Amino acid sequence: MANNIKLTIDGHQVTVEQGTSILDAAKKINIKIPTLCHHEDLCVAGNCRICVVEQVGKQTLTASCATPADNGMVILTSSPKIRRARKDIMALLVSEHNTQCTTCYRSTNCELQILSAEYNVDNSIYMSVLKENDCKIDKASWSVEKDNSKCIRCQRCVRTCADIQHVNALAVTERGKDMKISTFMHLPMNEIVCTNCGQCITHCPTGALTERRYYDEIWAAIDDPEKHVIINTAPAVRVALGEMLGYPVGTRVTGKMVTALKKMGFNSVLDTDFTADLTIMEEGTELLGRLKDALVHKKPVSLPMITSCSPGWIKFIEHMYPEHLGHLSSCKSPQQMFGALAKTYYAEKKGIDPSKIVSVAGMPCAAKKFEANRPEMRDSGYQDVDAGLTTRELGYMIKQSGLNFQDLEEDSFDKIMGESTGAAVIFGATGGVMEAALRTAYFLITGRNVPFEHLNILPVRGLEGIKAASIKFENCLPEYSFLEGVEAKVAIAHGLTNARLIMDQIVAGTSPYHFIEVMACPGGCIGGGGQPIPTTNEIRQKRIDAIYAEDMGKPIRMSHENPEVAQIYAEYLKVPLGEKSHHLLHTKYRKRNRY
Amino acid sequence: MTNKPKKVDIIFSPYSVAPYKILKDTMKRTKEEIIAELISSGLRGRGGAGFPTGMKWKFAAEQKSSVKYVICNADEGEPGTFKDRKLLVEVPRKVISGMAICAWVTGATEGFIYLRREYKYLVNELQKEIDLFKVHSKEVGLNFNLQIFLGAGAYVCGEETALLESMEGKRGEPRNKPPYPIQDGFLGKPTVVNNVETFASASMVCRIGATEYKKFGTADQRGSKLFSISGDSPKEGVFELELGMSVEAFAAEFGDGDTKAVQVGGVAGFCVPRKDFAKAIIGDGNTTGGSTMIFNSSRSMYKVLHNYLDFYAEESCGQCTPCRIGCQQLLKGIEAVKKGEKPAEYLDQLLKLSESMRLTSKCGLGQSVTNSFSSIVTNFREEMIY
Amino acid sequence: MADTKELITTLAKKHGVERKSLLPILQGIVEKENFLSKDSMLEVAKVLDISAAEVYGTASFFSFLDTKERGQYVVRVCKSMTCDMKGKEEILATIESVLKIKIGETTQDKKFSLLETNCLGLCDEGPAMLINDDYFVKLTPEKIREIFGRYIRNEI
Repeated sequence: MANNIKLTIDGHQVTVEQGTSILDAAKKINIKIPTLCHHEDLCVAGNCRICVVEQVGKQTLTASCATPADNGMVILTSSPKIRRARKDIMALLVSEHNTQCTTCYRSTNCELQILSAEYNVDNSIYMSVLKENDCKIDKASWSVEKDNSKCIRCQRCVRTCADIQHVNALAVTERGKDMKISTFMHLPMNEIVCTNCGQCITHCPTGALTERRYYDEIWAAIDDPEKHVIINTAPAVRVALGEMLGYPVGTRVTGKMVTALKKMGFNSVLDTDFTADLTIMEEGTELLGRLKDALVHKKPVSLPMITSCSPGWIKFIEHMYPEHLGHLSSCKSPQQMFGALAKTYYAEKKGIDPSKIVSVAGMPCAAKKFEANRPEMRDSGYQDVDAGLTTRELGYMIKQSGLNFQDLEEDSFDKIMGESTGAAVIFGATGGVMEAALRTAYFLITGRNVPFEHLNILPVRGLEGIKAASIKFENCLPEYSFLEGVEAKVAIAHGLTNARLIMDQIVAGTSPYHFIEVMACPGGCIGGGGQPIPTTNEIRQKRIDAIYAEDMGKPIRMSHENPEVAQIYAEYLKVPLGEKSHHLLHTKYRKRNRY
Repeated sequence: MTNKPKKVDIIFSPYSVAPYKILKDTMKRTKEEIIAELISSGLRGRGGAGFPTGMKWKFAAEQKSSVKYVICNADEGEPGTFKDRKLLVEVPRKVISGMAICAWVTGATEGFIYLRREYKYLVNELQKEIDLFKVHSKEVGLNFNLQIFLGAGAYVCGEETALLESMEGKRGEPRNKPPYPIQDGFLGKPTVVNNVETFASASMVCRIGATEYKKFGTADQRGSKLFSISGDSPKEGVFELELGMSVEAFAAEFGDGDTKAVQVGGVAGFCVPRKDFAKAIIGDGNTTGGSTMIFNSSRSMYKVLHNYLDFYAEESCGQCTPCRIGCQQLLKGIEAVKKGEKPAEYLDQLLKLSESMRLTSKCGLGQSVTNSFSSIVTNFREEMIY
Repeated sequence: MADTKELITTLAKKHGVERKSLLPILQGIVEKENFLSKDSMLEVAKVLDISAAEVYGTASFFSFLDTKERGQYVVRVCKSMTCDMKGKEEILATIESVLKIKIGETTQDKKFSLLETNCLGLCDEGPAMLINDDYFVKLTPEKIREIFGRYIRNEI
């Protein structure tokens, strides 16, 4: 390579590309330098200073994360000077910290805790400078709890909210001793422009940002003999839950998870995949309707149509592009479809009083908690979803229940709303909804399967920020002759910064697409704000691989072939977008303040 | 008593017969000559860091960019410093000439005087000077659009990258360096940021020549230097002195006869106790800011240090750990020792902490806290305890 | 609010709507309204198309961009070392007794707010203070009573 840099780290010659940080250069030769404010998803901050190294010839120490390697540099990563300085920095952070680790949700998964143990920091070196005002926990949001007393001011959340999500709900405020991470005028988290995506949580090194926990309420419901407690779990949960329970990243634990949930006392363990398949039927029908209106009836319709499964994305568009809500599919998310059907269809079939049903959703998501509590989500006559649990909460509940997870037998989901297809499973990965939709739409339109080997539509997969693809319909069935020769253009965006790019195209009138999938979180739901921490691109990819492996292992891999979906249409909903569907499975969106 | 402070008359001298004559004359020479002259003069930045001015301009001139900026750092906020105010009031044309010459040699077409908010009352007169300059710059054919940018009240914005951040509409948090402003400055373009006095001095180097300028000062610190003198002194004010005098000589000239300590270089500088007056030389690389506060024997050095640390705890930008928390710990620490809540030995722990802050802080603010902290705690330990 | 909106529109026209215009715009608001209200910050966010949190985060960094309500005259007494040595405490006590407010407070008639500030760069003439943009030096309790007398009688 033309611009290679040669430097010496701890006596080893290292050659790296120009622009590589000293931190990454050291990583290349297996030297681990401790970090706190650094996160590979985010831009460099260089503010915690824990990663300092000695640059021979320089009077002060150098932040290795923020300093590019340069030719001839001689770096030491471990010396008495460095150890003393790092220990002092750790001690300072601890002195500003609420050190009641025993009761902290992030205990044992806290970067500060781990490092201060490694550096054997004596809590009594410095006096506490923790501010009383920081000890009031903001629990106003349905999704995100903010505890300033646990904050180390690394600004990872601020950079997450800015770089990845382009929301900027969190900002650095005040200065000096009063500097903190806060919101507009320190308003509570439910009163600000926040999408509840929870990416700040998964990027927080400590317990300063956590999801609002509901598991005590769930245990109470399970313990109540009057209640019929059901849970549906999203596809992304089964490929990440294992990380909470001692499995390597990328392990699928579907069967053991079902067993665990049953043993914990859930009356029925069901699959969100069922309503994911239903979403494909409803959303696909809606899209075909819009295309027909546009192509045949020449009616002005909102195209491209955009998916509506991701509640972080929904709140984002409600805040940021309130004039363009018409582009959203009116479909509720699979979670909310599930909730509405649980207290109607399921209740009827099972002969259970819907008021006795407690409907729980196990989700990779923080925003699902807010979504469950939207006032409009009561189409069953009750709150459709009583509580959303994150993958993390599920992991802790399983631990609490004393089950030896790894030794559990594998079980399968219960019947009625427990059947799933490979198409529904891949909802968990970015591009998955699109792939599932294309598998079914192509079949409905042409009577043939999508022209991809093993139904795997590779162009819509992967971690690229925005993916675009097109598929041409030829030899259509008579009913869809209006699509003959039409090349359907689709796009997939994940992470709200990418969603914004897609939306800006729509606003400018230059969007070439017919159908767009948007997921709020990088990687899609597998990288959701409720997933095990840490989440990095390497981890996202392993979870994605597990999702596609699960898909390949399914006997049925297209939504329209799900027998329970056929059954619910036959017995209850009649047709997609029919009156009952419309009432239970579709929703409206609202304009929210942009600033 | 050795080397009595030598008053010099360069910066405040009435050299210019006509406004902007220096600029006009300088522009008759080549840019390379000017840079060589400045490098040869040994002039260093007068803001605090002391980077050789000629080198800075040379690097900026070498940057390939169609847009470059020249910024005059008039965010003088160091306690005990007020020389830049005086320069802007008394010799604004020398300052502006320095900026214009810098723009000319570096190829910058946009310039700002970043004026601290506390000096807003200077804006009107300064704007008149800028308007006058515009007339003259047109005459000499210099395309340099100069304007005032008013700060909003933050000491740390005197740090050049924090200054740039605030000009970009952001919090005044210092950036990671490299890259330096001459490569990647205001709005990502090459930017020269120099102190007010530096620009005035540069124009004087151009006026009198490096050979003449070099006659003043020490090997390390060439030329004259403005000193802001305050505290227990019958002669408070701004004085232009030759660098290289001892604190003893300084105290004899400016003290009230009962001088106990001299704070050299502002709160970011060192506190020199009487016992070190003879050996401490003002101008040995440590004092380019030029703030000197004089304390007589009636002053409590504990109170002095407490005041400094209170200042730091408020004025730290707060982004980096050692500075944000370290300043609070030093303040809380000396209070605890004074109250007897911590043993005297805790001061040693705090001295180590201040050293860690020097080693690890992101910018000069946190790195320099140890200067006053260790010099006061070490030299006036008794006063810290009892 | 209508006035604020108009003011911000005028300021945006003058300074532009890029991020770099943020400080001049906020300063323009403070000059007219003495502080940055919630509504004014929201309006600035809208005009510059940045998040309100960023506006607040930036404003709250700077001492002269007050986000708390301030009176017509903001008094800033220098608390840096030399002003402290020259009798700042007595000056502050005198102002507190004249205005009948403590540091950080605003008089009931919203005419005066009293704040402490770091170095004003008037160290050779301490104790010093600013009232809005005007500076006062070599203060004594008598001078304070005289100065505030004039402000109270609207002679300034």
